[in-house]
Amino acid sequence: MKKPEKLIVNGERLDGRAPDELRPLKIEAGILERADGSAYVELGANKVLAAVYGPREMHPRHRQQPDTAVLRCRYNMAPFSVDERKRPGPDRRSVEISKVTREALESVLFLELYPRSVIDVFIEVLQADAGTRTAGINAAAVALADAGVPMRDMVSSVAVGKIDDTIVLDLTKDEDQWGTTDMPIAMVPRKKLITLLQMDGHFTKEEFEQALDLAFKACEQIYGMQRQALREKYAIKQEE
Amino acid sequence: MYEIVSSVRRDYIADLAREGKRIDARTLNQFREVSVEVGPIKSAQGSALVKVGKTQVIAGIKVEHAEPFPDKPDNGMLIVNAELLPLASPTFEPGRPNENAIELARVVDRGIRESNAIDLDKLVIKSGEDVWAVFIDIYVLDHDGNLIDASALAAIAALLNAKPLEDEAWTLPEFPIQKRPVTVTVAKINNKLIIDPCLDEEGVMDARISIATIEDGSICAMQKGGIGYFLREELEQAYEMARAEGAELRAKLG
Repeated sequence: MKKPEKLIVNGERLDGRAPDELRPLKIEAGILERADGSAYVELGANKVLAAVYGPREMHPRHRQQPDTAVLRCRYNMAPFSVDERKRPGPDRRSVEISKVTREALESVLFLELYPRSVIDVFIEVLQADAGTRTAGINAAAVALADAGVPMRDMVSSVAVGKIDDTIVLDLTKDEDQWGTTDMPIAMVPRKKLITLLQMDGHFTKEEFEQALDLAFKACEQIYGMQRQALREKYAIKQEE
Repeated sequence: MYEIVSSVRRDYIADLAREGKRIDARTLNQFREVSVEVGPIKSAQGSALVKVGKTQVIAGIKVEHAEPFPDKPDNGMLIVNAELLPLASPTFEPGRPNENAIELARVVDRGIRESNAIDLDKLVIKSGEDVWAVFIDIYVLDHDGNLIDASALAAIAALLNAKPLEDEAWTLPEFPIQKRPVTVTVAKINNKLIIDPCLDEEGVMDARISIATIEDGSICAMQKGGIGYFLREELEQAYEMARAEGAELRAKLG
């Protein structure tokens, strides 16, 4: 695709969304049989699976911690998830995303309850269209809850950015590529604690504030959908 | 990358923070002594040795011919690599870069790339076939905390020091640098924000935020690290600290 002249025309983005509009979001809890917990998230064209195993015995043993469980996160992209085949295995980008994902999730867990154990979070991106790390975090948080791991709260995540000098929510790949700024953010929604923040591009102070406003609002919305997904899985259904 | 701090020392640092004090007697928004020595490495295109307190980082620039990325036929390339050398800390081991080295390289990369510090449009020899690739290699020599800021400063200082290449394909009068991004890290200990954490403070901190700003004070890159969190007001305060200190550090670039 060539760079379009404008990314926003008459207040509408290329895919018809308003600047503060999220892509269609679908969250399902508990969709994998063998995993202790799992979730599937679709955010626009992103399709992301997350599975949680554990708390279980840590292997290799020398990585056990005597006083706490260890949270391990692996963010991985399927070779067929992007236009040009991605070489399998971790690259620098996915190592970094795995790290910041772990740091985004860890503070809501009570790891001290499970000494010598590991909680494994596996995030697999099946189809990518920008925003995979945030979709992965949303899925992972639901999967952790689905696994019955005690949590202080959910973690909700979204990206905000700047295209054509307008602050927008939830960038697509085209907007990320041709836009100015991308800022993924994750938060613990009830207390509004920011646990992930990355940014590249350009923001003035005012734009940064405006972007935060947008992110806070959207995380609220995503939080509601995460809880709804868990409710749908676990609510006792009345027999007709 | 952060080292284990004994619980006595941990409590001590946390208690000091509550009183607005620090283990090395700095104030909360006092950066350590910074020195920038440019051009120590003659075999590099450009180089800089940066010291932040006892932390020492050297950055070296190499420029080579390369085939451009298919989607960027008219852009030079920027490649940032960071090595946490085993001589720099008892906790660094030889081998492939771990996630800390990778994060360090990518955070430095984003500050340079997103500010358009290098005019990559000018580093094209033949569209789609031959461009200049700028390699920034970050070499950590002594790790006493805050490698991100030291490395980012070394990178831009080395770029500013870079000489035109002695190669017949090189036609530019000088190395095309157009912005001076500077990264400042603010750590959170016991709900207090401190600038430029030293090694022990890094071992104690709940979280850190690294903010790269350019000349006009606007932001070009950010990265939060650590398992703790930031409140919105804390982010805004950290940004003000980074903006003010960024101007001070930029002045050291000459």
